[in-house]
Amino acid sequence: MTPMNPGAPPVLVRKLSKSYGGANAVDGVSFEIQEGETFALLGPNGAGKSTTIEILEGYRDRSSGEVSVLGADPAHAGLDWKARLGIVLQSSGESGNVTVLEQLTHFARYYPKPRSVGEVIEAVGLAGKAKTRISKLSGGQRRRVDVALGIIGRPELLFLDEPTTGFDPEARRQFWALIGQLKAEGTTILLTTHYLDEAATLADRAGVIVGGKLVDIGGIDEIGGAQAKVPIVRWRQAGVGHSQRTAEPSALAARLYAEAGGEVEALDISRPSLEDIYLNLVGAGAVADPADQEVEA
Amino acid sequence: MRTLRLGWFRIGYELRLYFRQGDSVFFTFLFPILMLSVFAVAFSTSPNIGAPPDGSGGITWAAFYVPGMVAAGMLLSGVQNLGVDIAGEKGDGTLKRLGGIPLPVFSYFCGKIGMVLASSVLQVTLLLLVARFAFNVPMPQGADKWFTFAWVFLFGVITSCVLGIALSALPRTGKSATAVVIPIVLLLQFISGVYLNFAQLPGWLQNFASIFPLKWMAQGMRAVFLPRSFEAMEPGGAWNLGLVALVMGVWLVAGLLLCRFTFRWIRRDG
Ligand SMILES: Nc1ncnc2c1ncn2[C@@H]1O[C@H](COP(=O)(O)OP(=O)(O)O)[C@@H](O)[C@H]1O
Ligand SMILES: [Mg+2]
Repeated sequence: MTPMNPGAPPVLVRKLSKSYGGANAVDGVSFEIQEGETFALLGPNGAGKSTTIEILEGYRDRSSGEVSVLGADPAHAGLDWKARLGIVLQSSGESGNVTVLEQLTHFARYYPKPRSVGEVIEAVGLAGKAKTRISKLSGGQRRRVDVALGIIGRPELLFLDEPTTGFDPEARRQFWALIGQLKAEGTTILLTTHYLDEAATLADRAGVIVGGKLVDIGGIDEIGGAQAKVPIVRWRQAGVGHSQRTAEPSALAARLYAEAGGEVEALDISRPSLEDIYLNLVGAGAVADPADQEVEA
Repeated sequence: MRTLRLGWFRIGYELRLYFRQGDSVFFTFLFPILMLSVFAVAFSTSPNIGAPPDGSGGITWAAFYVPGMVAAGMLLSGVQNLGVDIAGEKGDGTLKRLGGIPLPVFSYFCGKIGMVLASSVLQVTLLLLVARFAFNVPMPQGADKWFTFAWVFLFGVITSCVLGIALSALPRTGKSATAVVIPIVLLLQFISGVYLNFAQLPGWLQNFASIFPLKWMAQGMRAVFLPRSFEAMEPGGAWNLGLVALVMGVWLVAGLLLCRFTFRWIRRDG
């Protein structure tokens, strides 16, 4: 019943689009994820990350495009297919009247070769809370339960939709270590996040999605392309800030110096950080909204 | 095989959750017992029902209300409990999570139905104990009566469950579920001979109520708990157990088909 193409990479997305009513929430997105790879879908709120990941999980129908997940079309895949996936949704629905241990023990039963419940509870840092009802946990602790439920079935492919929202820095670092472990075991991971540092730490490759469109894709250090690393010269003139990107910043500085006939006010030359590159991409993608546009000199 | 095994696991899980819910569930659980107590006490000084003019014989009002309350319990445990429960699970994301794991829909249904069966067996046992020992209602004598009780009860509860699952698709949010489900079950109880003597309802209302399964559950239970002399008061002058089975069967099949075609782990968005 489920069409399988064994040669395909675990995740293959071609020209995927999804519209709600009129507007396109996802618009012509293409990417693939190789076996064992961690791929981050990076973008601001409302960019279309959840829509994309939930289409891959089989929760939502697509409007057009091709999608293959573990060799099957998620819109028509069955229980055997689900047994190979781990899903951590953006918002957790929790039957709070069971303990962490009970919930994980119960969910482990659905899978053919689950991880050890004790180890998973340990790995997500809830060992001290195993016998606590989920309703009594804090938001961050419940999120860890979500993650634990996502990995209990020893998935080949793990979907994580903004997994660390609501975590304190310590919890986030612990989570990153856990993902490191899963990667080492060969799990293929698709992660959405709006934290650049999270993508930079965890992902082998990332796609930046803005307004439903994939504006860039590549290795973390390739994001934005060579162009994005062109230095920025900033200065002030008569109280107005200016900035200009140039491959020859010294020459520009010299010209400004000559024009000003002395020290240039607030002169600054810098190479864009990953953060700058990302903000630039996100800003460029949001041209429809004039309020978001950066004024460049 | 796997489906049944997982269904069995689900029953234990669902039961644990059910009894941990406390207040909300307790009301549905104890409702028939409370109602029986109210009627029994309210009519405790009234003359017996079904007595000849000299006032001898007949049965107490408590005894008269037992079959209706048993039937109400069957309906509430299935339709009201599950209708509200599943709509709530849809609303809070529980079902979305279940939809992402290798759990067959049928196992999920088994869990719900098993949970309702177990809790309603407990419920009816308590109800009958209260009737017998608090209100001195005589219990049916003879294996054939108890056999009728068993099949009407099982058949009725399972039909109610399936209809509850089907009904859970109706409310648009978890919060609106009670507002959708309760009026339906309340209305059915009033027209189906649970609170009001069915024999005294107008003919057109009797006919209308006969479309729905509750009237037949109540009738089946009257055949078990009321004396022979009451049989003549039935619309057809007979308990008509064959028709009881037939109507419940039709609703069961209709409910199964509805579940099959309308049940979704999540609401589809265009
Ligand atoms: N079920 C839905 N119905 C209508 N619009 C939706 C629905 N889900 C998401 N959207 C819209 O689609 C866009 C993308 O949303 P989403 O995929 O949730 O973004 P992200 O996860 O990146 O924050 C948003 O504009 C959002 O309002
Ligand atoms: Mg999202």
